[in-house]
Amino acid sequence: MFWKYGLFFSILSGGIWGVFWQIFFTVAGILTLGSPLSLELSQIMIIGPLAGILYIKSQKFLSIKFHFTAIVIITFLIFISHLGNPYQVEDENRLIIFMLILLTSFFIWVSLNHSLCNLSPGKLSKHDIESFFIKFMWGIGLIILILITLIPFYIMIMTSLKNQQSLILNPLDLSVNLNTDFKTLFNSYIELFTNFNFHLFLINSFIVSCTTVIITLFFSIPGAYALARLRIPNKKIFSGTVILIYLIPSIVLIIPLYAVFSYIGLRNSLFGLILVYPATTIPVALYMLRGYFSALSSEIDDAALMDGLSRIQIILKIAIPLSKPAIVSVGLYVFMIAWNEFLIAFMFLDDPNIFTLSRGIMSLNSSEIPQQHLMAGAVIATIPVMIIFLYLEKFLISGLSAGGVKG
Amino acid sequence: MTNIIKKSKNTLLEKEKKLGLILLLPTILIVLSVVIFPLLANFWISFKPVSLGDLRPPKLIVKERIKGKLSDKNQIAEIQYRYRNTSIKYDLEYVIIKDIIPNGFTVKSLQPAQFCRLKLKELTCNLNNVSSRSSGKIILKVHKNDQWQEELDNPKKTKPLVTFSSKNVLTSFEFNTENFKKVFSASEFFEVLKVSFYYTIFGTAGALLVGLLAAQILQKSFRGRSIVRGLLLFPYVSPVIAVAFAWVILFDPFSGIVNSMLVQMDVIDKPINFFGQKYADIIIFDYVFKFPLALSMVIAFEIWRYFPLSFLFILARMQSFPEEVYDAAKIDGASPFQQFYYISLPFLIGIMSILFLLRFIWTFNKFDDIFLLTGGNAGTRTFTVNVYEQAFAISNLGAGAAVAVVIFIFLLTFSLLFMRYSKKETF
Repeated sequence: MFWKYGLFFSILSGGIWGVFWQIFFTVAGILTLGSPLSLELSQIMIIGPLAGILYIKSQKFLSIKFHFTAIVIITFLIFISHLGNPYQVEDENRLIIFMLILLTSFFIWVSLNHSLCNLSPGKLSKHDIESFFIKFMWGIGLIILILITLIPFYIMIMTSLKNQQSLILNPLDLSVNLNTDFKTLFNSYIELFTNFNFHLFLINSFIVSCTTVIITLFFSIPGAYALARLRIPNKKIFSGTVILIYLIPSIVLIIPLYAVFSYIGLRNSLFGLILVYPATTIPVALYMLRGYFSALSSEIDDAALMDGLSRIQIILKIAIPLSKPAIVSVGLYVFMIAWNEFLIAFMFLDDPNIFTLSRGIMSLNSSEIPQQHLMAGAVIATIPVMIIFLYLEKFLISGLSAGGVKG
Repeated sequence: MTNIIKKSKNTLLEKEKKLGLILLLPTILIVLSVVIFPLLANFWISFKPVSLGDLRPPKLIVKERIKGKLSDKNQIAEIQYRYRNTSIKYDLEYVIIKDIIPNGFTVKSLQPAQFCRLKLKELTCNLNNVSSRSSGKIILKVHKNDQWQEELDNPKKTKPLVTFSSKNVLTSFEFNTENFKKVFSASEFFEVLKVSFYYTIFGTAGALLVGLLAAQILQKSFRGRSIVRGLLLFPYVSPVIAVAFAWVILFDPFSGIVNSMLVQMDVIDKPINFFGQKYADIIIFDYVFKFPLALSMVIAFEIWRYFPLSFLFILARMQSFPEEVYDAAKIDGASPFQQFYYISLPFLIGIMSILFLLRFIWTFNKFDDIFLLTGGNAGTRTFTVNVYEQAFAISNLGAGAAVAVVIFIFLLTFSLLFMRYSKKETF
């Protein structure tokens, strides 16, 4: 059967990678040039497989020089097949198009180099076919996964840097002209901070989130310690209830909270938020910290008790210092929940002076306010979380995986 | 001797019990007041005809005016109190208006005489009932006397004191099942039920599947793996409002990149309103298939945003798996697919079923995402969005609370299921 031969797979993967990278770089070209480029796949459907055959036939003498030559050959073939002028663009854009095609060939070759590595052109065993398939899917899967994850963020940032005029004129033009001065480039951000009170929103969000973290930790550390260490009656029922409570969504609670807080006049205030947020985060924190405290060996506690320390002293002097990373990760996780919270902030806050960021961005969502302001707001809200996340990724990931089914 | 030991042990135990309860008390109190109390209050409200307007406490507005000139000693002037019940719905009972009449005035007459009394300088009007939307006047005819002083004796200086009581639907013992009838009888109910379950099942399963794939991809070590792992978590850690609006703008029918790109590449003739169109017709061999577009987009967003979570859990579990088993399988000649199917999958099935149940509950409870993407329009109204719609858009709090009760009952069922399964598998 022909499909059991390595040659067939080299043709197949050459074709698929060719089409994939052609689409990718056409889209990239449209977004950088801002002008429509028509997508033509028929040429690459022949050149891709040819490149696959070239790779598998020349596996024995692969060298840097050979790789280089192969990429040049593919580029040349693409140019020839388009009669010297791919995408039919004007002269001034020729250089960019050349770069795009060079990149296309480069990535086709690199992908082939990955998925066809050590594949013989002859007959293949079932094992070989499967490992080829997995390798091939791995590459495509990884790229698609990263692209899908990042595209909305890319759009967010690029849109926020555009101005109204160019967005309406050509939504496709996402290129950023780096020659423009700082003020024009970051116009939306400057607007938000000067005319839309975003500095207040940032401060409000920080106040609310930090207070929530402090209150949550203050109450959940002793609570978690008690659940992990002390002999309390009905401990199991209590732990079960904590999980149950943690599953109750705020949408079920919002109507009574809205009614009661309206009545007692706490609704339109940051204080009201600071009352509600910890109640939703304490059960999560308790659940997570209980796990950490149980993992600490209880012999240290017993020894400390023998030495005459009280339980409170044990919490302060032993449990907290020993589980500092855990507490940091729980704190960060709680900060993230409070920072990202939308529903309660949206329902509670009416006064623009006490908006948190989520609420503030919601107020930008109207037809009168240009899109790039909305996206700039989104970027402002995302950056602090990203900084925390990238800086303390390890902590946060362990926090996420300990209690992170909420969200 | 043993007795003493027992006794001291007991006191130690007692002490621990006490301390434990003290340490847990703040948590219990906070959770009681902000979670359990609202939960019960929600049941209470769901049996009542409460609208958003009922939350504004009824008020009696009293305005004091002076008619005529006060400066002339012989002339008679009027002090008027106009009152109005601003509530559209509620009558006010036991209404009492009190005010002090300054010393510089002599009161000639008082109207309405049957309600108002003047005792020394204190005016007390016992108006009894002021029905909703009604208004009235209290008129005092006065003239100035010898004690009058220009600066001191302005009648407006003392504000009238108003006390009243009113019925309040929220606290009254008036119940009916009108809200539930409304929620269940509406043809909408089954639509909402269907949409909720489609959203939950496909959203959860999709996120789990993509998470599994991502975990498989990232299990292999390669350069930059930890960076990629961080990148993949971006959708989950960023604020929902930011990413939801990024999606909305990405798929915008007028200025969205996806639409203009598809139009430019001649894939579609005219822009598609991805989040505003209920159905898209897909024609396959002359058969027109109605594809629920907006709902699918919302599900896609759900998958995009929450696959990182499943990915994280599955990856963590996979990395705890002993490598030797795979080596042994390789020696036995198991192909990569067989390794996945017979070794990895059975090992992961436990964590995946737990994840499915937990994520199922959370997806069912999800509100923000759909609300921000479509506002619950175009066939994407789930139960949670319906709570908002009923309570705050149509401003019928009672009906909203009834929907919330339905959600809670579903939630309880799912949670009990979860508890039963999670006993077998701890993580």
